[in-house]
This record gives sequence, C-alpha cells and structure tokens, in this order.
Amino acid sequence: MSSINFSLERNAFGQLVLTDADGVRHEGITPVRANPISAPLEGIALMSTDGHEVAWIELLAGLPAELRALIEEELGAREFMPEIKRLNKVSSFATPSTWDVETDRGTASFVLKGEEDIRRLPGGILLIADAHGIQFMIRKLADLDRHSRKLLDRFL
Amino acid sequence: MLPVPADHSLPERWRTEIATRPGCGKPVLAWLELDLDARLRFASGLVLITASELLACTPEASWQSWPLRGTLALRHTDHAGVGCLELLDTNGRIAHWRFTLSQNLAALRVISEFERQTEALRTGQAPKTPDEEICATCKAPLPPGEDECPICARELHEAPSTWTLFRLWRFAKPYRWQLVAGFALMTGATAATLVPPYLTMPLMDKVLIPYQNGKPIDTRMEIMLLAGLFGAAMLSWLLGWAKTYILALVSERISADLRTTTYEHLIKLSLEYFGGKRTGDLMARIGSESDRISVFLSLHALDFITDVLMIAMTTAILFSINHWLAIVTLLPLPLIMWMIHTVRDRLRTGFEKIDRVWGEVTNILADTIPGIRVVKAFAQEKRETQRFREANAHNLAVNDRINKTWSLFSPTVTLLTEIGLLVVWAFGIWQVSHNDITVGVLVAFLAYIGRFYTRLDSMSRIVSVTQKAAAGAKRIFDILDHVSSVPEPVKPVPLPSVQGSIQMRDIGFRYGNRSVIRNLSLDIQPGEMIGLVGHSGSGKSTLVNLICRFYDVSEGAIMIDGVDIRSVAIADFRRNIGLVLQEPFLFFGTIAENIAYGKPDATRAEIIAAARAAHAHEFILRLPQGYDSIVGERGQGLSGGERQRVSIARALLIDPRILIMDEATSAVDTETEKEIQRALDNLVQGRTTIAIAHRLSTLRKADRLVVMDRGQIVEVGNHDQLMAAEGAYWRLYQAQLRNAEQNLLEGGE
Ligand SMILES: Nc1ncnc2c1ncn2[C@@H]1O[C@H](COP(=O)(O)OP(=O)(O)O)[C@@H](O)[C@H]1O
Ligand SMILES: [Mg+2]
Repeated sequence: MSSINFSLERNAFGQLVLTDADGVRHEGITPVRANPISAPLEGIALMSTDGHEVAWIELLAGLPAELRALIEEELGAREFMPEIKRLNKVSSFATPSTWDVETDRGTASFVLKGEEDIRRLPGGILLIADAHGIQFMIRKLADLDRHSRKLLDRFL
Repeated sequence: MLPVPADHSLPERWRTEIATRPGCGKPVLAWLELDLDARLRFASGLVLITASELLACTPEASWQSWPLRGTLALRHTDHAGVGCLELLDTNGRIAHWRFTLSQNLAALRVISEFERQTEALRTGQAPKTPDEEICATCKAPLPPGEDECPICARELHEAPSTWTLFRLWRFAKPYRWQLVAGFALMTGATAATLVPPYLTMPLMDKVLIPYQNGKPIDTRMEIMLLAGLFGAAMLSWLLGWAKTYILALVSERISADLRTTTYEHLIKLSLEYFGGKRTGDLMARIGSESDRISVFLSLHALDFITDVLMIAMTTAILFSINHWLAIVTLLPLPLIMWMIHTVRDRLRTGFEKIDRVWGEVTNILADTIPGIRVVKAFAQEKRETQRFREANAHNLAVNDRINKTWSLFSPTVTLLTEIGLLVVWAFGIWQVSHNDITVGVLVAFLAYIGRFYTRLDSMSRIVSVTQKAAAGAKRIFDILDHVSSVPEPVKPVPLPSVQGSIQMRDIGFRYGNRSVIRNLSLDIQPGEMIGLVGHSGSGKSTLVNLICRFYDVSEGAIMIDGVDIRSVAIADFRRNIGLVLQEPFLFFGTIAENIAYGKPDATRAEIIAAARAAHAHEFILRLPQGYDSIVGERGQGLSGGERQRVSIARALLIDPRILIMDEATSAVDTETEKEIQRALDNLVQGRTTIAIAHRLSTLRKADRLVVMDRGQIVEVGNHDQLMAAEGAYWRLYQAQLRNAEQNLLEGGE
C-alpha cells in the first residue's frame, strides 16, 4: 500500500480527521508506531477512536511533506520516552529510590519502584519504568559517563 | 484581593508568582502543576481554578485566563504516562496542557472543581459541596485535607529505612518476657567470658612470676584461680546455651507469626491487588523475606548486641585496670572500624549484585519450565540451554570479581588485628620497663584485645544485614499496610436467606483511570436466567467481577434482594454465589477434596450426587483411584472438559442461589460442550443465573439476553425479540451463523 488513498487534516478540536477513499470521515485519529523503539520510522498505523486500524503507512519518509508533518506533530505530542543522558543522583540503592537524571527532554526526577522495572531490550537498550508508568530509555550503557554508569551498575 | 490557595497548599514558588499577578480576588479552588511543555519537554507550569476563572501559566506563554462559562468543558486523556487536559467549548479546542501522570490526582481534582463550578453556572444553583474524597488508586477515603492517599504514597516513595525494623515490635511484644530473660542471660554470658582474661592477671603476677623469682608456687591460690577459670568457662557455656536457645526460639516464633499474619492479610486483599503483583514477588515476600528477618533477629542482631555489650564491658575493665594502656589499646579502634567498613561496603555491593544475577538464572528456569511444551514444540531446547549458559556465565563473572576482594578481606582483618596487638605490645613493654604496670596486666590486656578486634569484624557486618532485613521488613509491611479495596463493612447487615434478585443501579467502574463500565442499570428477578453477550472486551467479565464483589463499583450500587452488597459481610455474600470460570482451577489434592472445596464438611454422598449432576461421576470412576485420584497444579491429567465438570460439581455442591458462568464452555469442543451443557442445565434450575457465552446457541434457555458494548448495555430482550429488532444481537448472530456455515463448507470438502 504505497500510494496514499486518504486525506488527513486537523479540526478545530485539535483532532486529526481522516477521510478515506470512500469519503468516510474518521475523527480523532491517532497515529501509532508499530515498533517505537526498534524501528520508529517504519510501520505507522492510523487508528480510529474505537481502536481499529484505518490506514497503514509503510515508511514515514515516503509521505508527502505536509502529511508527514501532521503525523509527526501528533506523534510528538503523544510519544514520551525521555532518553537518559546522565544520572545525577539516586536517593538510595535500595528501591524505591528517587533518581535525578538529565534527559534529552530536560532535567527530571522520578521514583523507581523496583529493580524489576529496569528491563533490557534486545540491542542493549535499557527501559526504565517509573512509578507512574513513564518509560525512560537508555540507548547505550557505554555512552553514559563514568559517574552514571557507576550508579546504574548498582541496580543491574 | 489576590487568590488565596485553598487547603492543598500551593508550592511557595507559585504562591509568590500568583501574588505578583493581578488576581480576581477569589480563592484558588484547585490547581495542577504542569511538568511538561507542549513538546513534552520537562518544564514547569500551573493550571488553577477559582470560582470565576480558569488560569494557566505555561512554559511557553505567561498567564492566560478564561472566565468560566456553562459551555466550557475540560477533557482529560492519558497515554503512555502523559496526561493531557484540554479546554474545549462548542466550537473547538481553546487550550491544552500536558503533564506526567504523577500529577494526575491534581488534574482530576481540577476537573471535578471545574465541573462543580460550571454545573452551578448552567443550573444557576450554588455549587454542590464535594463528596468525601477518595484515593484514585486504592479507593480508600482520603484523610481530610490530604491530597495523596497515605497508603499508596508510602508504598511508592519511601526507601526502606532501618526504622522499619522497629515496627517488628508489634510481633515481638507477646514474647517480651522471654526477650527480657534472653537479654539478662546474654549479659551474664558475656560477662562470664570476660572473667578468664581477668584471672590471667593474678595468675601471672601472683603465681608464675614469683615462681620465676624463686618463690614456691602457692598451690592454694593456683587451684582457686584455675577453678575460677573453669567455673567461668562453665558458666559462660551454660548461659550462652540458654540465651541462644531462648532467643532463637523467640525469633523463630516472631517470624512465624509475621509470616502467618501477612498471609492472612494478603489472602483477604482484593483481586485488584493481586492483579498488580507478580506471584513470584509475593511468594518471595512471605517466604524468604520473613526468613531473612528471622535470621537477622536470631543471629545478626543478637551477635551485634553481644558485641556491643562485650566491647562496653571490656572498655570498662581495661580502664579500671590501667587507663593509659587502655587509651593506647583503643586508639587504633576507629581506624580499624573505618577500614573494615570500607572493604565491607565494596563487598556488599558485590553480594547484592550476586543476588540479582542469581535472580536472572532462576528467572530463566521459571520461564522455561512452565513453558516446556512450547519450547519442545518449536525445538528450541538448544537456544534455551544457551540462554541458561549465558546467564550462568554472567553469574560466574560477577562471582569472580567479588572473590578477588573477598579473598583479601579476612587476611586484612587479621593483619589489622596483628598491628593493633603490636601497638599494645610496644606500649605495654615500655610501661612494664617503667614499672607502670605488671606483666600480668599486659598479658590480660593482650587477652582482652584479641577478643575485641575479632568482634569488630562481625560488628561491621551488621550494617549490610540490617539494611537487608529492613528492606525485607518494609516489603512485608507493604502488604500488611495495604487496605483491601473491597473493605468489609463495619456493621454488616445480616443476609439470612437469599431470594436471588440482583439490581444494578447506574453503576460505573474503572480499572485505574480507564473507564470500563459506564452507567449500567439492570434488574434481575429471582430465578431468572440472563445471557450476557457482546464482543470480547465489552466488559462482561468485569460486570461479573463487580457482581461477585471482587472489585467495588466506582459509581452507583449493586443490590442483592434490595441490600447493597457493600453492606454485607463478604463471606456471607459469596456463600450465595456459585462461579464457574472459563479456566477451571483445581487445587492440589483429591478430586473429592476439590469438589468439596466450598463446603469442606460435605458428606461423600453429597459429593457424589454433585458429581453425578455435573456429569462428572462416570469419568471420575474411570480414573484409577476414583474420587481419591490426586489432581494438582492446574489439574494435570484431566482434560479441559473434565476439569470443567469438576468445577461445575464444585459450584453445585454449595447449592448457591446465584450462579455465574463466565464462558464456562468456550475452551472445549462442541461434543464436550454438549455434555457440559447438560450438566449446566441441572445447575441452572431454580437459581438466578448469569451466563456469559461466546457461542450464542448456548444461551437458548436464557429468559433474557443482555447485549453489552463498550461497557454499556445496548439491548435487552429474548432471542426472538432481538432478532426481530435487527440490532447488535442480530449482527453478532449473523456473524456466527456465517462462521458456522463456512466451517461446514470447509469440513464438507
Ligand atoms: N485487570 C484489568 N486491568 C485493566 N484493564 C482490564 C483488566 N481486566 C480487563 N480489563 C479491560 O477491561 C475491558 C473489559 O474486559 P472484560 O470485562 O474482561 O471483557 P469481556 O469479558 O467482555 O471480554 C477490556 O478492555 C480489558 O482490556
Ligand atoms: Mg471475559
């Protein structure tokens, strides 16, 4: 499905509205990445409010600029997986522990409920879920500085 | 006048910020601290509501305000940990703000305030006073003026503190006299061990040295001193034995009480709690954590107290003999303690790491053993072995690293002890040469100090074991402090004989903040059979969970015979409900025991009658041990249909007024289904029945069919009425019909 047979726009309520090939309008479309971590730019589904897939986009790069901008804007407002660049401080090495971190989205602090909330994904990625279900990511352990690695090591 | 924050005190920073802004003179009713900007970067902002406007200060723009109108609405959504609050009117979205879910409670409060105020504007009446606030997570009422539930908040944020261990006193209290006796014995035993070095003094100065100087040995004195040594040894042995025995006994009992109390509490908690926890974790808490606490109490804490006593007594004795030598002896003490502590610290991290790596190894086992059929079916034994080998190699590597430090540790402590001894020797000899002390005093000091330094080593261990025990105690108290979200009523209404009518009035239910049942009302007559149908995920099982009171409704009420089920004792209420689930669970034990699970005092005749009615009797008789056959761990050895019939017999035996079947026949083939259906037909007679079935044909006998969609009832009626209406039921039916035809066609080819 390489050709685009739908149109997408944003309405006054800030929702995406998709009009499909048959002229049916779907309000409140949400774009969802199929592999948000391993392949964020491939495979994006446009889902309706009742959770059905309305359209499938193979490659984000293959879209017309305007459409792509709309989808990326919506994704940007929904996706939240701060990438940890540095660990400043952890309150204790026993959980629950409060972590002060620098992320690509600014400085933050969160509560780690248990060591089991740090999960390893294939490819050496670490996903850290905080007490409220926000996922923090560490893309590559080796890229962190010594201080951060030393702190993190106590939890791994 | 400026807005004044209400009871939930606003952070200082915002208070001054608001103070500098020309306000509207109304108090702040609720506020939400934003922690994200529009592009989801961490930044701070504020949304607040007063009786006349909604104000916001975002990281991008400074203050904005919107006067409240009846046409405004606030919409709240959340996704992946990020909440979004949108301000809408009839023409579109006016503004929106984002925040992490840590601020969710504040957001919900802003919304409820907003709704209260706009509702008042629409109706023209004064705003309703809010109901009692409840915790959004555990649904317990909040203490007045608090915005966070004390139970949930503690569970989230508090790192284990050593103080937690003092809460164990609650379990130690019943044994306080034994404890007092134990401590008295301990003091005695410790004192007795300090006698022998003291006696070496006269032994040296009054017996040996005079002999060397040519005087005959004073035999009487020698015998007395030796008897003293022997007596002290015997006394210390006896007291030590008694103390260890008593205190070990007590600590074992404390931990047993702790274990039982925790289990007793745990098993009464609601399904919601179990849904959020992993089985392994709960097992570890009750099993190994309580054991760890017991070991801590009976070994480490005891040792520590003995050590402290010993050191205190020794110090006193040393000072009483010669304070200069005592000072020199004790001088290196802080240094040695510090060194031991640093090495220990390094070791402790290492040992923790080993614990975790060990967990990894067990996890692989826990993963593959239950899934062994899948592993074999896909011929992945090699890969799983490889995975295990890798985890093991990791384990080895971590152990190797630790062993390097570890092997250094004991020799180091010995070395430090030797150095300490050296210092005492040197100073002692100097003092002897100046005739400040006798040889006997020096020997006594050396004897004391040997005991002293070895004690330091074991004392330094206390830090890490205490921390571990505190963590364990905290995890146990987490369970004990958790209040069931399905609380027992304070004054339960008696429920003598149940007719079986059920009314649901405007009920609503959320899992967390996700709404699953909305505005649902239904009256069920005694003896009526209701068929509940709808797409998967439409909330049928959730409704059943609510009727069984596995969860409590968020809004509205469920009544049995006109009594709110929340006002009846839980056990009283459940006694009237027979539940048959899709996945029948059989406990480890005989078939007879499993059938009699809900009525342990059932006679054999009753059990067999129930099995007959459930069409289980014959297959049970075909088993080698009949009703005495052991079934276990999910009823291995029985087929799905057989297990289901055992569970039907179990429901039949308690003779419930209300019967609930949640997809009881979905997991079995059509032939078995027919058999089970016949069993169920026996079960249904004369009882209020709620049956959920995937195959609509199973619900032929239902008096009324209730069609659910997305948490709401969309249609009610019998089969013919609903077919005639050509609505949701009709569509479901047509879809199944088509499927059935297709199957027939494919089967016929
Ligand atoms: N323990 C739970 N926590 C959160 N959501 C749940 C839980 N159980 C069920 N749900 C959700 O509630 C909805 C209704 O589920 P359920 O009542 O099991 O549906 P049905 O039985 O009709 O198939 C589903 O969307 C499901 O994902
Ligand atoms: Mg279900």
